[in-house]
Amino acid sequence: MNLEEMRSKLWYQGVLLGGIALITSAALAYAARATEADIRAAEAADIKLSLSMVLTGKYDNDLLKDTLTLPSEQGDVLVYRARRAGKIEAVVFQVHGSGYAGKVVCMMGVNREGHITGVRIIKHAETPGLGDKVEPAKSKWIFSFDDKFLGNPVADLWAVKKDGGVFDQFAGATITPRAVVKAVKGGLIFFDKNRAQLLDASQGGKP
Amino acid sequence: MSRNLYARITRDGLWDNNVVFAQTLGMCPTMAVTSTAANGLGMGLATTAVLVVANMLISSIRHVVSEEVRIPVYIVIIATLVTLVDVSINAWAHDLYKVLGLYIALIVANCAVLGRAEAFAAKYPILPSGMDGLMMGLGFTFALTLIGAIREILGGGTLFAGAHLLLGSAFSFMEMVIIPDYKGFLLMVLPPGGFLSLGFLIALKRVIDKRNAERAAAAAASAPVELAAAAH
Repeated sequence: MNLEEMRSKLWYQGVLLGGIALITSAALAYAARATEADIRAAEAADIKLSLSMVLTGKYDNDLLKDTLTLPSEQGDVLVYRARRAGKIEAVVFQVHGSGYAGKVVCMMGVNREGHITGVRIIKHAETPGLGDKVEPAKSKWIFSFDDKFLGNPVADLWAVKKDGGVFDQFAGATITPRAVVKAVKGGLIFFDKNRAQLLDASQGGKP
Repeated sequence: MSRNLYARITRDGLWDNNVVFAQTLGMCPTMAVTSTAANGLGMGLATTAVLVVANMLISSIRHVVSEEVRIPVYIVIIATLVTLVDVSINAWAHDLYKVLGLYIALIVANCAVLGRAEAFAAKYPILPSGMDGLMMGLGFTFALTLIGAIREILGGGTLFAGAHLLLGSAFSFMEMVIIPDYKGFLLMVLPPGGFLSLGFLIALKRVIDKRNAERAAAAAASAPVELAAAAH
């Protein structure tokens, strides 16, 4: 029986589909194993990079291994802690606000004194050209949080200018900056409430 | 014959039978990524790579695959290829992945890839099939980059913004501000802008094709007269 005749038989279809599925699954399984370690390393490097962007000064521990999970109004928060010689100098954690098109996720760093060391937007789906000015590549706005703390400005002024606060909004987009300001303020309040625990060097993972 | 075949494949892929402007296939990635020219270019190039390999693979097994189960076989092969490209870029070109990552999975949803497998690779030898994949891919890249450029210029006043993320910092010279101090035209950046640009471009292609056809017809009609005149 030649190929021409076999091709129209019912059993041939099953064998063919099964064979193709087997070969492709094998290829995928092999590729998944070959790339797994590299992908994990690249993702860890990504997190490290975003951590280093919201931190100032020098630290000597591996932040990815020195974490603490605390409950907050926004659910459990994973806190990365930066130490120098064992003493906790700053903490980094994520906060989120609701923007124009879903969640706006920010990573923020706060030092021992409760001052912001930096804020970056990690994930958002805001309108390109309007709300996306919260990205440092598009505008310097996100740096206006640097060195601010609860008290500078005072709590009532932690808002965009349209709402009587001190932070700029963007032409044509108020919802996104308002969400970020509110989220960052929430983050500082979270830090304030949990200050003792966050700065307790004996808690959490070891440096 | 073979030179004619390749010339035909090239013309078809780039213009006559362009994936976007003539076949109107792959609309999902077309609308999704063409908010800037650089994004369109990146998506186009990634699709081209998949098209070439998928076409050649499918062509190489075309005698073995039976009529009845060809579609699932093609789909499985295309999906596997796209996943392989996805994980390799993620692992070994992670910076590129951060720009293109979202789009790569979309290539599976691009019916142009299955369309070429079915319409061309299943019937032709490996080399012409690879060529067809390359030309269809380049035609797709051209279309996406053009739509992206129009939307980006009208929507934001820039061109190829973010190209250095895609192609490396050597290509940052491509990033241009076409209209300085432009306030932006949001409609073009949002999905309706994609449909508007595409509609006008398809209309423009029709006009060009019609004019060419008329000119060719006129040339054919006048040729005998000229010959007759020359004879006198």
